[in-house]
Amino acid sequence: MKSSDQKPNQGDSRRDFLKKSSVITAVALTPGAAIKAAENNADERFAELFEKIPLKLTVNNKAYQTTVEPRVTLLDYLREELHLTGTKKGCDHGQCGACTVHVDGQRINACLSLAVMNEGKKITTIEGLANGDTLHPMQAAFIKHDGFQCGYCTPGQIMSAVACVREGHTNSRAEISEYMSGNICRCGAYPNIVDAIIEVKEGGQTV
Amino acid sequence: MEKNMLKDENDRVDGFLKVTGKAKYFAEYELPGLTYGVLVTSTITKGKITSLDTKAAEKAPGVIAVISHLNKPSAAAYEQEGGPQMKIFYTDKIFYNGQPIAIVVANTFERATYAASLVKATYAKETFNTDFEKALKDPKAKKFQGQADYKRGEENAYKTAEVKLEERYFLPIETHNPMELHGIIADWRPNNQLTVYAKTQGVKATQGTIANVFKIPIENIQVNSEFVGGGFGMALRTWPLEIATVMASKHIGKPVKVVITRMQMFTMVGNRPAAIQTIGLGANKDGKLTGITHRAYGETSTYENFTEGVVNMAKFMYQCDNVNTSYVIIPVDLGVPIWMRGPGEATGAFALESAIDEMAHALDMDPLEFRIKNDPETDQQKNKPFSSKNIKEAYKIGADKIGWRNRKNKPGSLVEGPWQTGYGVSVGVFNANRGKASVKGILKADGSLLLQSATSDIGPGTGTGMTLIANKLMNIPVNKITFELGDSSLPPAPSQGGSATLSTVGSAVNDVCVALKSTIAELAANSNMDATANFVDVLKKNNLPQIEITKESQSGKEKDSYSMYSFSIHFVQVKVNSLTGVVKINKIVSVGDSGTIVSPKTARSQMVGGAVGGIGMALTEESIIDHRYGRYINNNFADYHVPVNADVPEIDVNFINKPDPYINPMGAKGMGEIALIGFSAAVANAVFNATGKRIRTLPITPDKILA
Repeated sequence: MKSSDQKPNQGDSRRDFLKKSSVITAVALTPGAAIKAAENNADERFAELFEKIPLKLTVNNKAYQTTVEPRVTLLDYLREELHLTGTKKGCDHGQCGACTVHVDGQRINACLSLAVMNEGKKITTIEGLANGDTLHPMQAAFIKHDGFQCGYCTPGQIMSAVACVREGHTNSRAEISEYMSGNICRCGAYPNIVDAIIEVKEGGQTV
Repeated sequence: MEKNMLKDENDRVDGFLKVTGKAKYFAEYELPGLTYGVLVTSTITKGKITSLDTKAAEKAPGVIAVISHLNKPSAAAYEQEGGPQMKIFYTDKIFYNGQPIAIVVANTFERATYAASLVKATYAKETFNTDFEKALKDPKAKKFQGQADYKRGEENAYKTAEVKLEERYFLPIETHNPMELHGIIADWRPNNQLTVYAKTQGVKATQGTIANVFKIPIENIQVNSEFVGGGFGMALRTWPLEIATVMASKHIGKPVKVVITRMQMFTMVGNRPAAIQTIGLGANKDGKLTGITHRAYGETSTYENFTEGVVNMAKFMYQCDNVNTSYVIIPVDLGVPIWMRGPGEATGAFALESAIDEMAHALDMDPLEFRIKNDPETDQQKNKPFSSKNIKEAYKIGADKIGWRNRKNKPGSLVEGPWQTGYGVSVGVFNANRGKASVKGILKADGSLLLQSATSDIGPGTGTGMTLIANKLMNIPVNKITFELGDSSLPPAPSQGGSATLSTVGSAVNDVCVALKSTIAELAANSNMDATANFVDVLKKNNLPQIEITKESQSGKEKDSYSMYSFSIHFVQVKVNSLTGVVKINKIVSVGDSGTIVSPKTARSQMVGGAVGGIGMALTEESIIDHRYGRYINNNFADYHVPVNADVPEIDVNFINKPDPYINPMGAKGMGEIALIGFSAAVANAVFNATGKRIRTLPITPDKILA
């Protein structure tokens, strides 16, 4: 088959096209290393060359230099690549807050940010909040006030709560509730979460 | 180590792990060579798959396999005739919209997701119905008896009562939506050895189901599920998607992880079924109930029947000589339902407790007074005394705390600008269960106690409760006690459901501790030590590094003599805006009458969580289907509204905290369900008291208030 004459079928990717193409045809189109990758059916190496983008970022004060497919969300990058699984996936649509992390000090939903959008940024996840075995005051307050049950939304709640205090949105229970309403807790620990935030705020410690 | 961080012995034993992100949920285990599965789902509601084009997906980057009914991966039970209709990948039949029809496995999540979008199916469509109301009215629709009809005294006695009412109540489909997405990691190894990391309320149940489908010995299957990100009932069974993942792992010989999407959470892991109920109540003018009739219709699927206890409460909650109930299930073309917190009892309590309030109003009586007047001394259904019941005390505590004295019996009496204030009350009740469980206790010379049982913790705090039981009995500090769970290789325990874990597994913990103490006492006596000697000294003196005892524990004859229930009373104060129709829950007081409170902090959180779930049921939650297509249209958290922080006021939780003398050694009854059961009726009753509008269709949204 002379696939070089054919337009790739609809739905075929560039990679499919290369896989089907003869080496000679492909030479004109692609660098040598890619041909070898395609010949070996090595999707991985192919992606590395064509589809992955270099990325430098800092997570919990640790610098990472890597390459990543542009479609990978920051959430999946943290969980699946860095194995920082404290950041949770609850909806993947920015609707639940379970994936809340701090990017350059701001709370964001990691599922709504592609990893590659975070070039040069400083990310803090729940794993970066405590100082060794010494809990961050918000973590300690969540334990004291039982601000969780199943614990799945908890890292997101805590990251959001810390930001809420830093933002100064803690002047009343109602204000705290409003500014914590992007973080869903299906076990219904909300009043306890508000209690924990009030304690941290009134404790006056630096968060 | 982590538990040494505990400042208060009542803190959750796994709190440190949960607040630091170290608690590992099923999807977070790293396995060498892990692959990712993504499910392809049907886009029609009923019919047959006529073709499935998987070629493009198979060729897509990183794809390892596409599995469907076309290549039927080996699942021994599905190869046989009979059994369940929904044999995933063994049938080309479509039972509902969103049914899994293929799984695409690739070496990254993104690649699997993309490749799954390339699978194209064609179908032979059949006519379908997803509309429950329509099915109810259709004389040709199939209907099944969901529970035996019940009759005490005269049937439909309410019809001839001095004061009577008959009303119809509608509850829409609700979806559990725990925060953690469902899924599983399956790692099928040569020689039919299987390890799974599951999101399950019962590791033994998951193990048993998989063994049955694949016909491999139960001991070949290891189920791990230490942390579960909420369940609320949806993880009480092993779903087809889990079987699909195991099939995929067996097929490709690598571990496969599936995490479904939030949209798939509406179609693959059950819902609380819609229910239509009619309640007939009759009373004499003095306010004594003379007749209760509760007829309920519940939704089920076409491929599997589902029933729950919708009409249970009507049979015993109030003193009444004439009671009859019926419960009929009607199949529609949707996925099979599953128990959702409070299950059928919460559905039934919405109707019954609304009707009780309506009757009090018809009699011009205070609804609290009406309930007290009809409070039974014994269980008329079982003809037995209650093992313990302190409901009148609970009414009093709740009424005082909510400020019931400020309530006006005439609706719409408390108005301030556009805001109308109202008070409502409702009762919740659920079976106080105790099942059979085994616990192993290992008492060590280093002063520690290790307890093990294959039970679960979906959030209530199983380990914390068990640790506190042992702490009280053994006088060992909580940071020296470890309770291990969520592992199928541990001594067997039932699934976490029906508010039974503390009663069931806690009793076995009790029995193990009692046995360990008596062994220590014997050893002390044999080695001429004082009977009160510390166990560490006794073990050391006897040169024993540890002693180990396993006990199985279950209820005895007490169930034959007593009727055992947990009770709750919910009081709410609402403010309803007459211009916008918005209902704001201003204040909540819940009182639990569930025996001894073993773990005060986590018990309180359970009650708070139940009230929050109740707010959702009452005001916001409804899974909406476009019946033209049979598809959910609000299958995400932006459109399916679960309560958020700003929806929830402070919640005042109170416990009677008196031991039940019969149920188990702790005197503790379950409370996961009663925390929610009845709550929605308290809101509906408060809305009526505020506005004079009786809303009998949940959720109570502003359009219904303004209509």
